[in-house]
Amino acid sequence: MAIADIRQRPGVLFVSAILLHVVIISTQVNAPSGRPLLSALTFGVVGEVQRASMGVVRGVQGAWGGYVALHEVQEENARLEQQVQTLQVRLQEQRAMAERAQSLRQLLELRERAGLDTVAAEVIAGPASPDFRTVTIDRGSREGLAADMSVISPAGVVGRVIQPSARAAIVQLIVDRNAAAGALIERSRVQGVVLGVGSETLQLEYVSDTADVQPGDLVVTSGIDGIHPKGFVIGTVDRVDAGTNGFHVIAVRPAVDFSRLEEVLVVVTPPPGRALTDPGP
Amino acid sequence: MRGVVVAAALALALVLQTLLTGLVIRGAAALDLVLIVVVYVALTRGPVTGLVAGTVAGLAQDALGSGVLGIGGLAKTIVGFAVGVVGTQFIVSAPLSRLVVFAMATVLHAALFMGLYVGLGLRSFPSPFEAVATQAVGNAFVGVVGFQIIEWLPGLAERRRARRPLKR
Repeated sequence: MAIADIRQRPGVLFVSAILLHVVIISTQVNAPSGRPLLSALTFGVVGEVQRASMGVVRGVQGAWGGYVALHEVQEENARLEQQVQTLQVRLQEQRAMAERAQSLRQLLELRERAGLDTVAAEVIAGPASPDFRTVTIDRGSREGLAADMSVISPAGVVGRVIQPSARAAIVQLIVDRNAAAGALIERSRVQGVVLGVGSETLQLEYVSDTADVQPGDLVVTSGIDGIHPKGFVIGTVDRVDAGTNGFHVIAVRPAVDFSRLEEVLVVVTPPPGRALTDPGP
Repeated sequence: MRGVVVAAALALALVLQTLLTGLVIRGAAALDLVLIVVVYVALTRGPVTGLVAGTVAGLAQDALGSGVLGIGGLAKTIVGFAVGVVGTQFIVSAPLSRLVVFAMATVLHAALFMGLYVGLGLRSFPSPFEAVATQAVGNAFVGVVGFQIIEWLPGLAERRRARRPLKR
């Protein structure tokens, strides 16, 4: 009865919903103390759904491929053609496996080169909204992942873990609008802060307009943010423009191709000066 | 029962959004499948259901994103309610009018979402017009095609039965 009454008053419901959102937003903006419970619970559930969905998709792909192959085998007239097709598919599979092995080898080399404790993870899903640049990986707190751990790939810095659940985690890509990292120009050792702008480029800010920065310069992590280890590649300087406040306006092209991201390494060794138990901002 | 269908549609859109952008379709990030479902629900079920769908969907997207929980929820709540009101006040059954509603809903959503972030001093959105326009066109196209398919499917079986000659 009460529900029916509310449905008759959409205006009241609308104002209530708006107020609810305002309260939710206010609590976070005024007191940013980690992820809210609702957020963690929702991701815990959706992370499992994403894992299950991926399993179903792979199962259906396998079943469908098997059915089509069996069906075509029965057609005697097309036997030779079938053999050629099968070999072509196998060739593609071998190529895919070789590419994957190459990718994993690069990951392994990076792990050995970096000398850090890392956990390898696979990207299992993209962002839930086009307004955010995040990915979901198939490793979570069970494998030792925690918020604010750096995520890297053989090409360079990928981002940071923002929300781990038991068996999955959301990674904020460095190109996300809310992302930032301490950075320096490798050649001239000029320091700044790299900010994501939500597109495929980054901005390097707080670099004095008298500093030595040129297009093509390599931008690496400075390690001062307490998240990313020092010396990992972020990208290359694409454009340097004169700013108005005494700072350069610098566009940086990320080293990582985020549209082809498949495997990553999560750095579980905290950078010097930050313990693992640090709750973060 | 209707609530379950709406919830299932939103959940499916949310999962598809993450799977498609992650795996299959390059540039699918320009689409907001969840917003499309919210607009569809608001047009077909009215402002109250549109409001509830917008709230649930927006909060879920916020919870899975990297931003402030509630901003996307507020934007989708207002869009769901507004589209529901438009659907009850005007005849929105022609594809062209639906195209306009989907496009305008996307623009309204983007204006609210970005406006809240900028107003609270949390983010800046340098030159967002091209991205918003692309998303409005994409959402409108997918929304109208989806609408037509959903309306067309139930009648398909009946039309086939009607065409079949009677057995004696």
